[in-house]
Amino acid sequence: MEIIEILFTASFWAAAIRIASPLIFATLGELICERAGVLNLGIEGIMVAGAFAGWMAVYSGTGLWTGVCVAMIVGMLFGLLHSTLTVPFGLSQHVVGLGVTLLATSSTYYAYRLALPEVTSPPKIDAFQPFEIPILSDIPLLGPALFSQTPLTYLAFVLVAVVAVVLYRTPLGLAVRAAGENPAAVAAQGLSVTAIRMGAVMAGSGLMAVGGAFLTMSAFDSFFFEMVNGRGWICIALVVFGSWRPGKALLGAVLFAAFDALQIRVQQTSLGTLIPYQIFLMMPYILSILALILMSRRAEVPAALMVPFNKGER
Amino acid sequence: MNTAPVEALALDAITKRFGELTANDAVSLSVNQGEVVALLGENGAGKTTLMNILFGQYTADSGAVRVFGKTLPPGNSRAALDEGVGMVHQHFTLADNLTVQENITLGARSLFSPGLGRSAARARIVDLSRKFHLSVSPDARVGSLSVGERQRVEILKALYRDVRILILDEPTAVLTPQETDDLFATLRLAIADGLSIIFISHKLHEVMAIADRVVVLRHGKMIGGVDTQDTDKNALAAMMMGTEATPPKVSPATPGAALLELRSVTTADVGSVPGLKSVSLALQAGQIVGLAGVSGNGQAAIADVVGGLLHPASGELVLNQEAVRRWTPRNAVQSGIARIPEDRHKTGTIADFDLVENAILERYKAPAFSKAGWLNWRKSRAFADGIIDKYDVRCPGADTPIRLLSGGNMQKLILGRVLEADPQIILANQPVRGLDIGAVNYVHSQLLAARARGAAVLLISEDLDEVMALADIIHVIADGRLSPGFARGEMTPAQLGLWMAGQGFDKGVAHAS
Amino acid sequence: MRLEPIKNPSLARKIVPPVIALAATIVIASLLAMVAGANPFSVFGLILNGAFGSKFAILETLNRATPLIFTGLAVAVAFRAKFWNIGAEAQLYAGALMAVLLGTGVLPWPSVAILPVIVVAAVLAGALLLLVPAILKTRFGVDEVVTTLLFNFIFLLFISMLLEGPLKDPMGMGWPKSARLIPEARLPRIVEGLRLHWGFALAVIAAIGIWILQTRSTLGYEMRAVGLNRDAAAFAGIPVNTVLVKTALLSGGLAALAGFSEVAGLKGSLTLDLSPGFGYTGIIVAMLALLNPLAVVVAALFVAGIFVGADSMSRAADVPTYLADIMLATALLLMVLAIMLTRFRVVRD
Repeated sequence: MEIIEILFTASFWAAAIRIASPLIFATLGELICERAGVLNLGIEGIMVAGAFAGWMAVYSGTGLWTGVCVAMIVGMLFGLLHSTLTVPFGLSQHVVGLGVTLLATSSTYYAYRLALPEVTSPPKIDAFQPFEIPILSDIPLLGPALFSQTPLTYLAFVLVAVVAVVLYRTPLGLAVRAAGENPAAVAAQGLSVTAIRMGAVMAGSGLMAVGGAFLTMSAFDSFFFEMVNGRGWICIALVVFGSWRPGKALLGAVLFAAFDALQIRVQQTSLGTLIPYQIFLMMPYILSILALILMSRRAEVPAALMVPFNKGER
Repeated sequence: MNTAPVEALALDAITKRFGELTANDAVSLSVNQGEVVALLGENGAGKTTLMNILFGQYTADSGAVRVFGKTLPPGNSRAALDEGVGMVHQHFTLADNLTVQENITLGARSLFSPGLGRSAARARIVDLSRKFHLSVSPDARVGSLSVGERQRVEILKALYRDVRILILDEPTAVLTPQETDDLFATLRLAIADGLSIIFISHKLHEVMAIADRVVVLRHGKMIGGVDTQDTDKNALAAMMMGTEATPPKVSPATPGAALLELRSVTTADVGSVPGLKSVSLALQAGQIVGLAGVSGNGQAAIADVVGGLLHPASGELVLNQEAVRRWTPRNAVQSGIARIPEDRHKTGTIADFDLVENAILERYKAPAFSKAGWLNWRKSRAFADGIIDKYDVRCPGADTPIRLLSGGNMQKLILGRVLEADPQIILANQPVRGLDIGAVNYVHSQLLAARARGAAVLLISEDLDEVMALADIIHVIADGRLSPGFARGEMTPAQLGLWMAGQGFDKGVAHAS
Repeated sequence: MRLEPIKNPSLARKIVPPVIALAATIVIASLLAMVAGANPFSVFGLILNGAFGSKFAILETLNRATPLIFTGLAVAVAFRAKFWNIGAEAQLYAGALMAVLLGTGVLPWPSVAILPVIVVAAVLAGALLLLVPAILKTRFGVDEVVTTLLFNFIFLLFISMLLEGPLKDPMGMGWPKSARLIPEARLPRIVEGLRLHWGFALAVIAAIGIWILQTRSTLGYEMRAVGLNRDAAAFAGIPVNTVLVKTALLSGGLAALAGFSEVAGLKGSLTLDLSPGFGYTGIIVAMLALLNPLAVVVAALFVAGIFVGADSMSRAADVPTYLADIMLATALLLMVLAIMLTRFRVVRD
């Protein structure tokens, strides 16, 4: 009963949308990479780096949007590293991705320790505040849930549409999708598979970093270790769940976030006191695995995902 | 007739070396506007290298490429395309999950232009397909198209970009004789429209039918160029191979008992590739059964059913008069079936394994090579050495990774691997694809020798000439259905072509059984 | 640019790229040390001294290498068959859990009886934990990278639940910590008086065993064949899915031994910080060892040395220990690049 009541509160849906936001950024980022044929396992570490970079920029005195840009640039640099190794050099996307995650995470922690050597609890910044969209935010239930979010959340939703339009309605998007389906087709038209794939990985990595920055600049207002906590891996599952389509991925992220928001609230109900809280914390990960199993038979994997392309080789 | 022919494309004294191998040795080739020039040569003669140089994939060591008098910068993969040279590759460069229109318009506009201009593009595609008789729906997913349709998409792709010179690499290898006629009709329309065409092939009758001139390559050297009206097939064959082509001499077969039978075997469709539809086929001792047909019509399914990789949805496999129940690749090997796979690189061998490891790949569990889960490398090595010796595998030694061997030597190792067990049944799937003439003759002689000692052979090939030369009985496969068996010499190529196109089945002819 | 395979690489071709990779790693780490305001030479001196400078340091390094050998082997075995087990962290905890479940007094047996039982139980637990992703992969085609990664989070929460619930040590003063192992269930020291337990010897023996398995046994042959070319292996009659499942069982079992050896050899009880990411570091160890089981031992010593050395360097030079992680991640990325360049030539065109 309590659970049903929760489902009809605006604060629950507002929380779901908030939890979904970083996932949307990062899932879109991974989706772009994979659509071009590159699995980016650097996502977890790139989110960590983005979370720190954006927050640190603001802490050092820049504006919030400048912080978002800094995060994105840092993400793109790691994307450049990842794609240089995996695209022209064709190295294992598994190994390089994990290596990038390790490198991004450890260099972030190193930088944090150097920047703030003596602190025990990390300092706070003035994070993005909710912005109520006039009129729309007055709609009952929907208004407070959807239209009283921070600007970064609105950006996430706008980006879903932007990515969808670019992928399906522009020559660039067509080239990206073709690179993930059959790079030889791209090369035969005189386009550079290397440039398209590297560009896609860099753009995608930038979005992942913004997803991380959402955590420190919108969801919370400071940086903690272990803050990303597997969200990157969940986003990889969400890409599969969304069948590599931006709209479906958005749906998956919101659905997933709703479950997450629900478990947090159920923990505080009478049911929650009976069950160890760890069970609730496991739910996101278990859900991700279930989503993968569910979609395993149906998913339309880009045909050239994880297939390196070497010019002149047939 | 042009009074003053305009030179469309000229390759001028192109030389390209890879280490010690000279792939192109001062090769020159020119095409005039409205002309069809055939480039004729065996596998490995240097045709592909020449085309890669034209398209900037490789840089020539010396020589120049000119399009309508303009010299192209070497090593620029866009230069040839931008000057209006288009190519239809033998292996199509299409993305299966994209639509026909998406495939055609890919890269046609600047990447950063804001839209795809879809309705205009669509109108143009419909227009072109009508004009050149290339019927195909712009919204169809390429993955759902037949091979012939995909080729039309490839040609449309080139025409959409206003090519002035069209290069076709072995375009008929995947077509039925009738589809080939349609292709030629389209090409004639294109020529009438002012295009120039380079037609790469090793099929002499097609070259004679479509080309104005023929240029012959052999071992990277240009042997000569002749007008088709001044030559004939035999003369061309002599130029191509250096000798007159001699089909293998085959004595009449003396077939024995049926060793392996497929009885009403049906399998599921795999994507756009049709499954088998109630196929019955018998392989008799001392006989070569040939399976002709355009690739992708169910040949792979037959090979996989016999080889143990695919289970029939219905029907049965009968081995020495007994229906088999459990049937895996290992069962097939243990039952004395020698399998020569279609793709020796992808399925026949493991590139990074050495020759010893590849030699025992199918039989490492046999007592000869392992006991209680532990391998006997000494005996395995002796086995590999034996094959290298007996089948004349040219290699630095048995511990060489097999990826360093030529295709012919790789195939010899596979032959040795499967023939050393004196198999009673041989499944040869495209056994000579991509081999040079010497290796082809070697493989064919081995198959004939096996037949002579009483083995049953199933030869699957897309090359109708090969099937007609070797097989005692010919079946045609089309869309998963199998024709009756035709005795050697019973059918002309044209008649078999009708079966390959799927006609004949509909006339109520009983299946062979 | 294009990559062209080199048919017969020269000796220089084989040696120069990895050496440059290692040198570049050191240069990058030096620059980072300078950013932290330290003299790179003294930083490396301190790392070297901290890792191998004294008997105590060497023993510390050997102890730290022990779990890394196990997880490195687990990853090497799996990656060899192209089964991407990124879940060694969870399997490690599965082994540790078995040590605590059976070694805290449930089985009141002498060492000779109880230790083998715990080892077998630990191996089985790790193997079973990886069986799930293996079956999801072979039956449903679910990518094992993501499932094994997610399993790490799930299983750690599971351990946390146990440590705050049924396994919580009543004497632990409220900390989420298990009871201590009985002395019979502890791994003894190799030499009395030296802080080095039999887990290290077990790890080296395991490495030799895996090497023999890979080079001599039919299973090892099958695993290599499946890893190099799944289609060809299937065509030849190797039961690919069965081999993948066997590989997973072996890999999970090896990773579990890391947890067993940490609890039974070193810590004596199970806590949530038993492993500072040994499972993930195992990937670096395995890659640096080029997936060769014997080289895993050397790579594990190298990696452990960097960690142990960095710990003591950090105390002395005020450079964050994360420098070690950066060095290893850099070494990993540069080394895979270098290994590729020993076999391919970059051609410009």
